[in-house]
Amino acid sequence: MGDNIRVVPDATCTFCGCVCDDMVLTVDLDQKRITKSENACVLGKAWFKEHAIEERPFALVDGREATTEEGVEVAAQILANARFPVVYGLSDTTCEAQRVAVAIADMVGGCLDTTTSVCHGPTGIAFQGGGESTASLGEIKNRADLVVFWGGNPAEAHPRLFTRYAVTAKGMYTPNGRKDRTIVLVDVRRTPSTPVADIFLQVKPRTDFEVLWALRALVKGRKIDPSIEQRTGISLAVLEDLVDRMKRCRYGALLFGMGLTMNRGRHFNAGAILALATDLNEFTHFVAKPVRGHGNVTGADNVVSWQTGFPFGVNFSRGYPRFNPGEFTTVDLLSRGDADAALIIASDPASNFPKAAIEHLKCIPVINLDPKLTHTGRLARVSFTTATYGINVPGTVYRMDDVPITLRPAFDSPYPSDEQVLTSIRDRVRELLGGNRLPAGDPLAGVAVS
Amino acid sequence: MTSALRIVNGRIYDPAHGVDGAVRDLCISGGRIVADVPPDARRIDARGMVVMPGGVDIHCHIAGPKVNLARKVQPEDHRHDVHLRTRVTRSGTGGTVPSTFTTGYRYAALGYTAAMEAAVTPLGARHTLEEFHDTPVIDKGFYVLMGNNVLMYRLLQEGRHEEFRQTLAWWMSATKAYAPKLVNPGGDEFWKGQRNSNVTGLDQQIAGFDLTPRKVIAAFIEAGNELGLPHPVHIHCNNLGHTGNYQTTLDTMRIAEGRRAHITHIQFHSYGSVAGKSGDNPTSKAHEISEYVNTHPNISADVGAVMFGRSTSMTADAPLAYMLRRFGGGKWVNADTEHESGCGIVPFTYQDRNYTNALQWAIGLELFLLSDDPWRMVFSTDHPNGGSFMSYPRLIRLLMDSEFRKEQMAKVNQQALEHSGLRDCASREYSLSEIAIITRAGPARLLGLTGKGHLGVGADADVTIYEEDADKEKMFSTPRCVIKDGEPVIEDHEFRAEHEGRVFHVAPDYDPGIEQVIEPFFEDYYTIRFANYPVADRYIPHPQTVPTAPQAAEAGAVPAT
Repeated sequence: MGDNIRVVPDATCTFCGCVCDDMVLTVDLDQKRITKSENACVLGKAWFKEHAIEERPFALVDGREATTEEGVEVAAQILANARFPVVYGLSDTTCEAQRVAVAIADMVGGCLDTTTSVCHGPTGIAFQGGGESTASLGEIKNRADLVVFWGGNPAEAHPRLFTRYAVTAKGMYTPNGRKDRTIVLVDVRRTPSTPVADIFLQVKPRTDFEVLWALRALVKGRKIDPSIEQRTGISLAVLEDLVDRMKRCRYGALLFGMGLTMNRGRHFNAGAILALATDLNEFTHFVAKPVRGHGNVTGADNVVSWQTGFPFGVNFSRGYPRFNPGEFTTVDLLSRGDADAALIIASDPASNFPKAAIEHLKCIPVINLDPKLTHTGRLARVSFTTATYGINVPGTVYRMDDVPITLRPAFDSPYPSDEQVLTSIRDRVRELLGGNRLPAGDPLAGVAVS
Repeated sequence: MTSALRIVNGRIYDPAHGVDGAVRDLCISGGRIVADVPPDARRIDARGMVVMPGGVDIHCHIAGPKVNLARKVQPEDHRHDVHLRTRVTRSGTGGTVPSTFTTGYRYAALGYTAAMEAAVTPLGARHTLEEFHDTPVIDKGFYVLMGNNVLMYRLLQEGRHEEFRQTLAWWMSATKAYAPKLVNPGGDEFWKGQRNSNVTGLDQQIAGFDLTPRKVIAAFIEAGNELGLPHPVHIHCNNLGHTGNYQTTLDTMRIAEGRRAHITHIQFHSYGSVAGKSGDNPTSKAHEISEYVNTHPNISADVGAVMFGRSTSMTADAPLAYMLRRFGGGKWVNADTEHESGCGIVPFTYQDRNYTNALQWAIGLELFLLSDDPWRMVFSTDHPNGGSFMSYPRLIRLLMDSEFRKEQMAKVNQQALEHSGLRDCASREYSLSEIAIITRAGPARLLGLTGKGHLGVGADADVTIYEEDADKEKMFSTPRCVIKDGEPVIEDHEFRAEHEGRVFHVAPDYDPGIEQVIEPFFEDYYTIRFANYPVADRYIPHPQTVPTAPQAAEAGAVPAT
């Protein structure tokens, strides 16, 4: 360790949607690395440790080393010449970068989609259908005396969700923390999260919807046949007990994960759990919350919503935003072979998308921005090395409960931020197109005027 | 800087300077109104046109956490009302809760150049400012929700008045807000902690505190006046929407005891009851409310008129939204913010045949028509609660055109009209000058924005040029030219340029020692670090810090007129 040490208090970890802002980072400024991350969980510690500055080219164009500027020129040419480009990713970058990314999609008339479409997209769709009762995490910390986790494993995926916000956290009306709460966990299997629960409901795989619907029925005083146990693995008595607890609690919270949304039923499951929380408000105060994965996926939802009116899966080719998940969501549009170029920011679809989608990515010019060389970076025509948000880059990140937090970077990076690269691309595309591209034909064809 | 302009031959309406339709030149240079410009300055011929300051919306909901939830929850509202990009402007979607870019462009396209977002949680301030950055053309500011703030309650309960005032000043500065907002004071603790109940009277004890709404309101009015804020405490009274609530409204205004207070969307707080029965249909108490406001110059109000059609009820008054959910019949959003606020959202449609909706519509008009002082009873629909800002031109026509108003009255629920006094004030018609007061000069003065709402030398060059038309709805729907900060952003009804507006905020002085009082509360109860809570300057690229009265006096500035 060198002598040039800096301590950054109140720094923020952007690894997961918890976005804990109480990190105390010790930085070796000579070696450009974080040597200690106090208060970080095991995931956060790894995140800080692994984001030192690596010696990488600023950009790769067709596999050859290039400057950022050379990369920008090629990227801008690709986007200006594409007829149906997709801009995708965005969940691990700042809101400032996300805003520019949406601007590019609007300017060229492409598609704009985020990793929400492959995680809590169904929750977004369910929300559109019925709304939700929700809360900032501090309300759960201070008030919740009953917390139900459903389809998730926070002990491994969001460790501090338990300690900082929802299980052992002490608050105004929960001064004894864990002792003041009943914790329920619902999952298809036992996980390291299970031991934290007072009550564990092991549902049969792919029956979450049935269990949720039965709970809704019981909340409304309807009869449920005892055969529910054969179907779901949960006895009627257990369901009745849970409903009784949910009705009697002072402030209840349902926190649900991708075990629910990326399972059979998808947005029906998400809709059922949101509706259950809504129904319970006839009896007591109840909220529901999707537990979000990536550090700023919630920011992406917010930015895309305020700029377009829709949270993800947006197309601009007619000159205005249209929303159609299944059509404009990236997995679907790549699998169909639709997009003719892709701008992928802070995400690695080539490592986790279905094969057909990855095969199409290999056939079209891809522009990739990432601090690390990823599978997507390797198949990209233009691959930019960018600085890491939160560690090197300032900006804004939204916690999973929509609370925005300002980042305190620990040390400088020689690489530009996503926002800087995207802004250069946007400005150059604007030059090439002479302003925003206007759609051909009658853009309003097909819009029913109300 | 923008080039010099001379607007010639237009009829000028500048009520702040007593100019009522005189034909004279208006000169602009450096983004401001000036006495003269060189003869070679560009000319805009406004022959046959009306020239007014840009509109100023004193109360609307256009940006921030609850607005974005309301946007997200209504894709159907966007689909049929799209906003195309042009070479220079961004695309977006409309409906009752438009996307940010569309909000900015559409306000500008109605001749508005400033709008105040009326309810932001302190924790949501950063989000709101980010949305402001993406809301083009218009100037903006926001009111910060303080009326259910748990730390403020604790200080007040313990009688720590000086620390209460200091903490309010800190919170205004830390969030870059423009004014403190009270919404249903006392209601949140019942809602969040007492099984979704609500506070019902000014003297009821607030759950968990040795406080009443009356004490809370009085303390904020006092502190706001002591701090010399340019706009006083902005109050959404208790019992909004409830039959018989006008007594609560009158009592709330009396709490001010001669000090300044602003009562917002007062239409929603002007309901009587039949023979004292609170469960029955409401009746109009516009007369009683108007009489109080007319005779108490310390009180100002915006109307919060209801317009028929789609709206979105979005409010920090969560119990109210829950009640409306029964009538909305569909989607409902509730969103609690730790120690600061509740929030409820319900898409809603006002129907002219519905008794209550028609009565609300009538009361809104009555309040305008009974007002003796247009400077203190100003224009709003509480967008999008009473109706979208896109309905402003229609509301202007309802005020200016009594024949049109009669036609519309014939179409609504007649029983409701009988329980209002609208027929008694049927003959009054607002003049163009009065419209200029309630839509720009009045709001600007109530906000303490000395550069807005008038066309005197030194004013910000925010100017709207309307083509005269007998149909006032048409006239106010499509100004021919809108000049923002001296730049013609709209000419011949078309956008010519993109423009970024300013953000107004206050930064009242406070003793830095107050942070020793605030920080421990954050350590114990918040989920965000105290050091990460205040909003950094960089969230406002174009700030305008409006001085408090003591700050203005110290700087030797001329106080707001």
